[in-house]
Amino acid sequence: MGGSIRACGMSEAAAESTSTMSDFRRTPSLWSKAAVRLRHNRVAMAAAAVIFVLACVAIMGPLVSPYAVDSLDWDRLAAAPLGPGSHWLGTDRLGRDLFVRTCHGLRISLVISLVSTAISLAIGVTWGAVAGLVGGRTDELMMRFVDILYSLPYLFIVIILTTLFERGSLPVLFCAIGAVGWLTTARIIRGQTLSLARREFIEAARATGLSTPAILLRHIIPNLVGPIVAYAALTIPQMILFESFLSFLGLGVQEPLASLGSLINDGAQEMQSAPWMLLVPAGFLVVLLMSFNLLGDALSDALDPRDDGGPRD
Amino acid sequence: MLRYALRRIAGSIPTLLILISVSFFIMRLAPGGPFDQEQTLSHEVRANLDRVYGLDQPITVQYARYLRALSHGDFGPSYKQRDFSVTELIAQGLPVSATLGVSALLLALASGISLGMVAAVRRQTSVDVGITSLVVLGLALPGFVTGPLLALLFGVYLQWLPAGGWEEGAPRYFVLPAITLAVPLAAYVARLTRASALEVFRANFIRTATARGLGWRRVVWSHALRPILLPVVSYIGPAAAFVVTGSLVVETVFGLPGTGRYLVQGAINRDYPLIMGMVIVYGTLVLLLNLITDLVYGWLDPRVRHE
Repeated sequence: MGGSIRACGMSEAAAESTSTMSDFRRTPSLWSKAAVRLRHNRVAMAAAAVIFVLACVAIMGPLVSPYAVDSLDWDRLAAAPLGPGSHWLGTDRLGRDLFVRTCHGLRISLVISLVSTAISLAIGVTWGAVAGLVGGRTDELMMRFVDILYSLPYLFIVIILTTLFERGSLPVLFCAIGAVGWLTTARIIRGQTLSLARREFIEAARATGLSTPAILLRHIIPNLVGPIVAYAALTIPQMILFESFLSFLGLGVQEPLASLGSLINDGAQEMQSAPWMLLVPAGFLVVLLMSFNLLGDALSDALDPRDDGGPRD
Repeated sequence: MLRYALRRIAGSIPTLLILISVSFFIMRLAPGGPFDQEQTLSHEVRANLDRVYGLDQPITVQYARYLRALSHGDFGPSYKQRDFSVTELIAQGLPVSATLGVSALLLALASGISLGMVAAVRRQTSVDVGITSLVVLGLALPGFVTGPLLALLFGVYLQWLPAGGWEEGAPRYFVLPAITLAVPLAAYVARLTRASALEVFRANFIRTATARGLGWRRVVWSHALRPILLPVVSYIGPAAAFVVTGSLVVETVFGLPGTGRYLVQGAINRDYPLIMGMVIVYGTLVLLLNLITDLVYGWLDPRVRHE
């Protein structure tokens, strides 16, 4: 063991003079270890496959189907799935093809959740890292602000933001949903930054006269990528949920566009006469959420540096 | 303990004040006013309405007036539901929402803790796998999916319970809404309990208790349970916030006359006093529940002392 380490150190020292990049490749990084752990997790791989298939269906489905999102089929109003005619998953009460509408709903859910996750991460990481690194009075004020926003029902913030502007515009939805997601991120990132800020290499960076923004960009954030990715994977399903929730209440995506939430709302109105209108979008939403939850859990397990393949229950 | 509680209550007053101010000004920044949708109103009538409600005054004056009224416990009149004050509206809806929320919370805690404990005690058996799968499913079932599905199954097909609506003093109208609200909470509580129990079972003091020859029942009940419940207790605060917002959907799905709908209605109608009233009530509730959570935590965990 000792011998191999020494040998390894020798060759690294030799390699250092030519290229520092090759060093990175030799020692298994956080990422390659995480990738191995993830690949051994069958549930996670299945969840990833399901997400991939759903994304493909969302993109390809409307291209394959002869119907458009808003085209009405007056001969087949509220037709059952797999019935006569060529509507695979049936139609709604206006004769619109449910498969195509669900695909569009999936697209919107996926796009909104990805964009608002990015927004909430950008705000949350910046906020948390600045608070943690600067510390003192600034930290106290910034986190106090987060606490206050926390005590507001998040729905209230989103409702106010959606009514601030015209209802149903997608950019407003992105921002409104992203604006409530960053609070938890900020708390987590602040905690991680606090423990990083005490480490020697940060002190060394400070001693060499690096400015605070430079330390933030060059030393803090690269070291936070693991928790950021893990948390992002768990944020996506929450954002999907927010969006569907808003659309269900009629505050989100507006007709003739469809989102999974608005489809579920339509379906709930008609559930006695046409239960498939509820079951189809609800099924897609639940499978999507489950897959993202499982993948997110597996990712945060795989990236958790505290757990190095030890016994897990 | 009492001093700690009093200090926390005093500390939450500025928080509440900031909350009120921020909500007040954000809402007024939004374009549109409460009387925009009534297009038949002539200019004179609108001007009169604005004068009656003080909307013609500068916003700082309105703010000062609102705070003065609030300090006397007056939430003001509702702009849309003309004959009602906000206090009356909230007083009408709150008992329904509170009953729903409390029963959902209790249901979620009871079922979640027991499921989590069973899964932990029978770990790595088919029981554990079954419960863990249920948890994964439950976490992916939002109220606006569970609600209609339960209403369809038990209300429409089986006709065991009403699919919606509400009658004074008839608990069966609460059953489906409470279950709907409790599902994701119960799943999360079960997961917390299971993880915490597995960690506690590995602790030294549990091994000591077992080594002393106590039966596992005794070990679980009198030694393990209290530390296992700690993470669950600290989750009650966020869970209550979840119930508060979740009740909005559940009340919409099942047509319950609670307070949840006021929030959406109020925001769409720009019914400023109604939204403010809801923010204050909900904000106070969440702050209070966080305080209670911390107190219970201190009582359960002797290492935490509220000095």
